[in-house]
Amino acid sequence: MSDDLTAALASYAEESRELLEAMERALLEMEADGPEPERVNAVFRAAHTIKGSGGLFGFDEVVAFTHEVETVLEAVRQGDILMDGSLIGLLLECRDHMTCLTDASVAGTGTGELATRGDALAARLESRRSMPDSGGGSGNSAGGDSWHISLRGGQDLFRDGMDPLNVFRYLGTIGEIVRITTLVDRVPHLSAMDPESCYLGFELDFRTDASKAEIAEAFDFIAAESEIHLLPPCSKLSDWAQVIRALPEADEKVGSLLVSSGMLTRNELARALEYRATADESGPLGELLVEQRVVPREAADAALGRRASAAASRGDRFVRVDAGKLEQLITLVGELVISHAVVTLASGRSGDRDLHEAVATSTRFVEAVRDTALGLRMVQIGETFGRFQRVVRDLSQELGKKIDLDISGGDTELDKSIIDRIAEPLTHLVRNAMDHGIEPVAERLAAGKAPSGRLALNAYHETGSIVIEVTDDGRGLNRERIVAKATASGLVTDAADLSDAEVYQLIFEPGFTTAEQVSNISGRGVGMDVVRRTVEELRGSVEIETVPGQGSTLRVRLPLTLAIIDGFLIEAADGKFVLPLDVVEECVELDDTSPQDYVSLRGEVLPFLRLRELFGGPEEGPGRQSLVVVRQGASRAGIVADRLLGELQTVIKPLGELFSPVKWVSGCTVLGTGDVGLILDVHELIRSAGGGATRALHAAH
Amino acid sequence: MPKSEDRPAERDVAGSDQFLTLSLGGEMYAIHLLGVKEIIEYGNVTRVPTMPEFIRGVINLRGRVVPVVDLASRFGQSTSPVSRFTCIVIVEVATAAGTQDMGIVVDSVRAVLAIPDADIEPPPAFGARIRVDFIRGMWRADGRFAIILDVDRVLSVDEICEITHLGQQELAA
Repeated sequence: MSDDLTAALASYAEESRELLEAMERALLEMEADGPEPERVNAVFRAAHTIKGSGGLFGFDEVVAFTHEVETVLEAVRQGDILMDGSLIGLLLECRDHMTCLTDASVAGTGTGELATRGDALAARLESRRSMPDSGGGSGNSAGGDSWHISLRGGQDLFRDGMDPLNVFRYLGTIGEIVRITTLVDRVPHLSAMDPESCYLGFELDFRTDASKAEIAEAFDFIAAESEIHLLPPCSKLSDWAQVIRALPEADEKVGSLLVSSGMLTRNELARALEYRATADESGPLGELLVEQRVVPREAADAALGRRASAAASRGDRFVRVDAGKLEQLITLVGELVISHAVVTLASGRSGDRDLHEAVATSTRFVEAVRDTALGLRMVQIGETFGRFQRVVRDLSQELGKKIDLDISGGDTELDKSIIDRIAEPLTHLVRNAMDHGIEPVAERLAAGKAPSGRLALNAYHETGSIVIEVTDDGRGLNRERIVAKATASGLVTDAADLSDAEVYQLIFEPGFTTAEQVSNISGRGVGMDVVRRTVEELRGSVEIETVPGQGSTLRVRLPLTLAIIDGFLIEAADGKFVLPLDVVEECVELDDTSPQDYVSLRGEVLPFLRLRELFGGPEEGPGRQSLVVVRQGASRAGIVADRLLGELQTVIKPLGELFSPVKWVSGCTVLGTGDVGLILDVHELIRSAGGGATRALHAAH
Repeated sequence: MPKSEDRPAERDVAGSDQFLTLSLGGEMYAIHLLGVKEIIEYGNVTRVPTMPEFIRGVINLRGRVVPVVDLASRFGQSTSPVSRFTCIVIVEVATAAGTQDMGIVVDSVRAVLAIPDADIEPPPAFGARIRVDFIRGMWRADGRFAIILDVDRVLSVDEICEITHLGQQELAA
C-alpha cells in the first residue's frame, strides 16, 4: 500500500470516528429532547458521508450496510416513519455496527463475522421501513387524485422547434387533462418582447394511470430547456410547499393559483406555506430537488455532501494538523525557551540597560508563544465526558436501574495525550459506580432516596493538576465488607490499624471484588486495577471519598504534563532539582536542630523530607537549610533543600524508558547553564519517601 | 550488526566489519562502529539519585537528554578516576520500542579498525572477566585479546529497568 493511500486511510478512519461520534451524539440528543429536523439531518449527513468515503476505498460492507441505515433515515426525513425511542435504539445499534465495520475495514481484518449481525440489523431496519406510521397520513397530503404538473417554458423553446402544445396533446393520449392554467406573468411589454421566445408557464391538473416515468417521458424533449415539477396525486403538503417555493413566481401567486384551480384549499395552502417556512431552515436545496425527483439522486447527494462538509468546516473552524508537526513545534518552542533563558542570563550579567529592556520585551513574546503553542495540544475533556452519555444509557438499561448523568467542567482542558489514555479508566470508574455504587430502584426507595440514581462527572484544575471526579449517590463503600473480602483473599492480614483511606485503596488491588456474582459489567476485579495502573503510569493518583448510604466520589488527579511549566529551582545533595511552581506554597528557613521530620508552621504540623538524606548526598551541607512548603491536593508537606535558586521556565523532557522505574522524578529539563535538572514529582516523592511522611501527613489533617 | 550488509562502505569484500576499540580498566574492548553515533569529552553529567551505581546520570546532548552508563561499573569492576582521556561514547541501542541513544563512559578510545570475520573467535564458555552474554566475540590482536561487546545486551533497557525497579522498592521499604 502506498504512503498516500495509507495516509488517506488514516484520515478516513479518523473522519469516520468523528462522524460516528457525531451520529451517536445526535441520536442521544434526539432520545432526550425529541427528533428535531436538524438532528435527523445530522445523523443522515454522518451516515451519508461515511457511505460516500467508504465507497471511495471500496469498503463494500460499510457502503451496503450504511445504505440501509440511510434509507430509513431518508424515510424519517420524508415523514414516512416516526423517529421514536425504539428506532433511536435500533439506530444506535446500527451505529455501533458501522463502527465495527469501518474499524474492521480499515484494519483490513475482514468483516466476515460481522455480516450476520449486519444482516439481522438490516432486516430490522427493513421491517421498520415497510410499516410506516399511520399518524402522518391523510392530514398532510392534498391535491386529490390528480397529478399536478408545473411547467415553465424555456426561452428558446420555440427556436428549438418545440411546442408545449404538442406535449399537452400527447398527455391527452395517456390521461385526462382536468384543468390547465396558462401563466403570462413573464410576458414582457410588447416593445421588449421577442416573438420567437417562449414566456409562457402552465399549471396542469392531470388524471392518469400512467407512471411517473411515463409522464416525465412526455416532457423529455423540452425538459432540458424548461422547468418542470411533477407532483403525484395525494402529495404531502411539504412537497407542495417545495414546489411552490421552487417556482419562479411569488409564493402567494402560485398559491392562489393552486387554490383557484381547486388543487389546494386555503387552509392547506396556509399550512404548506408554514411548512415551507420551517423547512427553509432545515431543508437544503438538494433535499427539495431529490424529493421532487427532478434532479438525479446522485447529483443532489453530491451537492448535499459538499454543503454538509462546508457547514461543518464553517461551524468548527478546525484545521487538521499532523501530530508530528505539532510535536516538532512544541520541541522547537522548548528549545526557544531554553535559549531565551540563556540570553536573559547573559543580558543580566552584561549590565547593558538597553539590551536588558529589549530582552525583557522579547521575554513577553516568548512566553506568549510558549503558552499558545502548548495550548494547541490542550483539548477540552467535554468530548470524552460526552461519550459516557451512551455508556450510562446502555448500562442503566442493562442493569435495570434508572440513572441520570450530570456532566460539568467539560470545558476543562488537558493534554491530548492524557485525554486519550484516561478514557478507559474513566469507563471502569463509571461502570463500577453504576454497578456497585447506585442501588436498584427498590433499594433506593427503601432507603428513602429518589428512585433514579445520579452519576456525576466533573473536571477542574487544581494546583498544577487536573482533577476528574466520578460521583454517585449510591450506597457508598462498605469498610467491613472490603476488609472481609481483602482478608479472605489474603490481601491483608490485619486490617485493624488500617486507616479508612488505606482500606478504600484496597479496591484497586488486582483481583479484588466485593461483587457476589461476576456479571459481564463488573465483578471480575480487573477494572479498578486497570484504573490505578493507568493513572499511575500518567503519574496521577486516585482518591476515594465515601459516605455510607449517601454515595462516593472517586477523584482522579492527573498532572497537566505540559511540555513546558514554570518551575522552582532548588539545590540539594549536589544536584539541581526543579519543583513545579504550582505546587510551591512558600519557602521558610529551617532551624534544623531537632532530629524530627516535622516542624510547626504557624501552629500546624508540617511533615517534611530531607532531599539530602533521601538522595544520599554528602553528610555535611550548608548550615542553613531551606524548607519549601508544597501542596498536593488537600495535603501539605515540606521539602528540605540546601539552597533555593529561584524561579525559571522549564521545558519538560522525558527522561526515557530507562528511568521509568524512578517514580519521584517526572521528567527533566535543560537548565540555562546547559546542565540537566531533574523535575521532582512531589506526590510520588512524598509517597516513596516512606509511609512515615505520608502517615504524618494524614495525621496532620 | 544486522545492517552491515547494507553499508558496503564499512564492510569490504574480504568480509570484515569496522570496530571502535577502547580501553577500560587497562583492558581493550571493541564495539561495532555502526552503533556508534559520536564520541564526546566527559563532563556535565547530572547524577540521578537512587538509580543503580552504574548509571552515571544524564547529559544534555544538544537539547536531548541522554543517559550515561559507567561501563566499568556495569561490569562490576572499579571505576577509574576521570582523566583527560575519559570519553563518553554515544551509541544507539535497540529496545523493544525502537532505538535509544545512550552514552558509555570509557577510559579512552583508541582506533577504528577493520576486523576480518575470520579473526573473531566465539566467546569463551567461562573465564572472561565480564558476563559471557555481554561478549559477541574475541579478537586476537598482537598476541592479546580484545573483547568485542554486544552493546545491545550490555545496555539492555529491560534489564537496567529491572535492576532500577528493585532498587526503588528497597528505597521505599
